[in-house]
Amino acid sequence: MHAPRNPALQTGTVYGVVLNDRGSVERMGAALIEAPYNAEPKAPILYVKPANTFAADGAQVSLPDGAEKVEIGATVGLVMGRPACRVAAQDAPACIASYVVAADLSLPHASYYRPAIREKCFDGSCILGAPVAASRVVDPAGLCVRTVINGVDADQFELASLVRSVPELLRDVSGFMTLSAGDVLLVGVKWQAPTAAPGDHVSVVSDVLGKIQFSIVPARRQETA
Amino acid sequence: MKRGRIYFNGAVHQVTLAEDGGVRLPDGTTLAEEQAHWLPPVQAGTIFALGLNYADHARELAFKAPEQPLVFLKGPNALIGHRARTARPHDAEYMHYECELAVVIGRHARNVSQKDAYDYIAGYTVANDYAIRDYLENYYRPNLRVKNRDGCTPIGPWLVDAADIPDPMNLALSTSVNGKVTQRGTTRDMVFGIPWLIEYLSAFMTLSPGDIILTGTPEGLANVVAGDEVATEIEGVGRLVNFLADAPTSSSSSV
Repeated sequence: MHAPRNPALQTGTVYGVVLNDRGSVERMGAALIEAPYNAEPKAPILYVKPANTFAADGAQVSLPDGAEKVEIGATVGLVMGRPACRVAAQDAPACIASYVVAADLSLPHASYYRPAIREKCFDGSCILGAPVAASRVVDPAGLCVRTVINGVDADQFELASLVRSVPELLRDVSGFMTLSAGDVLLVGVKWQAPTAAPGDHVSVVSDVLGKIQFSIVPARRQETA
Repeated sequence: MKRGRIYFNGAVHQVTLAEDGGVRLPDGTTLAEEQAHWLPPVQAGTIFALGLNYADHARELAFKAPEQPLVFLKGPNALIGHRARTARPHDAEYMHYECELAVVIGRHARNVSQKDAYDYIAGYTVANDYAIRDYLENYYRPNLRVKNRDGCTPIGPWLVDAADIPDPMNLALSTSVNGKVTQRGTTRDMVFGIPWLIEYLSAFMTLSPGDIILTGTPEGLANVVAGDEVATEIEGVGRLVNFLADAPTSSSSSV
């Protein structure tokens, strides 16, 4: 038996959302109205990053056995300061205590049809930065996070490109489930985000929210549970 | 031993099953089941749920039983205790119950083999994993709008020690609506059994005490409406009662 790999201070539930940036929706294009989806999404497409995935700046993340690369879903997390239940868009900002820069790691999965638990819930796959008070974020739509892999810029995610803006996302998610104080909502990750492999060093950087750094390390071999 | 958590007289109490079938507080006071406000029997960690994990239910939904388990997750907002009310959106056409054996993890588990899996289980309880099929979409299906609604996963009343359930893979399950039995099955018919699921999940993630695995439901789904009393029961584990209530609005207007 060993201690759980959960060095981060996060204690609430972390939810994420896919297909919430216009670029990903455009790149998937007509596939969204073909099988197996058969229709464009109506509600936000959510997933859960459970407690075993939480990691902090400086993490060394090992991939599940057999995985050779991992997508780096650079994004921003909204940390709730009070419960959000059926909030109107104009009331949504008051529910947000702080923002964090975040990296949602996923094994590549081409399809969004079924929940991707093995791909998204392996240990250490949700790296969260230090919270920055919401009062310091003048306009969340102006936020941008860059992904840097081994010192080379790999991607950029601008919250101006969101399908549902931060207030609209909180309105629509809280329309069917309550987010509690301490819960985090990641505002979106790109479809087919850039990948890293064991040995790579990754940074996710925001001018306003700061930076997280982590390394991808080879799979842990079978160990005593 | 059967253990529960209730709210009574201004405080939360850990309770046990009394000899007369009631609820025993730590100070020896006993209450009738109906006198307590029941909470979920454990403080939930990660909540896993299985879809299509009974071959007959998969057939009922016109799916071939999967070769890989269909696992999805919920947040703690979904859970409510025994004898609570679950909101039914009044514009929903089809909301159904799902009687499920819930496995509660008792120790940190990583890379656990099937043969050792039972050593990591604290106990068992009953869950009713309601679904509102009107909101199904083919993205990360079953999507959270169907499966992670506030209070749509009643659980309890008791956490039954693992030692008291010698064979959790051979228990009768049933659901009754307003006293009439509508769903019957046995945990023998799970496609992916409990030891297999613990091996599968712990191969890529660390399970922790308080994590809960809802193991899926057999066939026998039926629509339920506001005012219905739904009782999900598992042999030796417990009988979980839930009441459906009308909810004024289902969701935000934009979706």
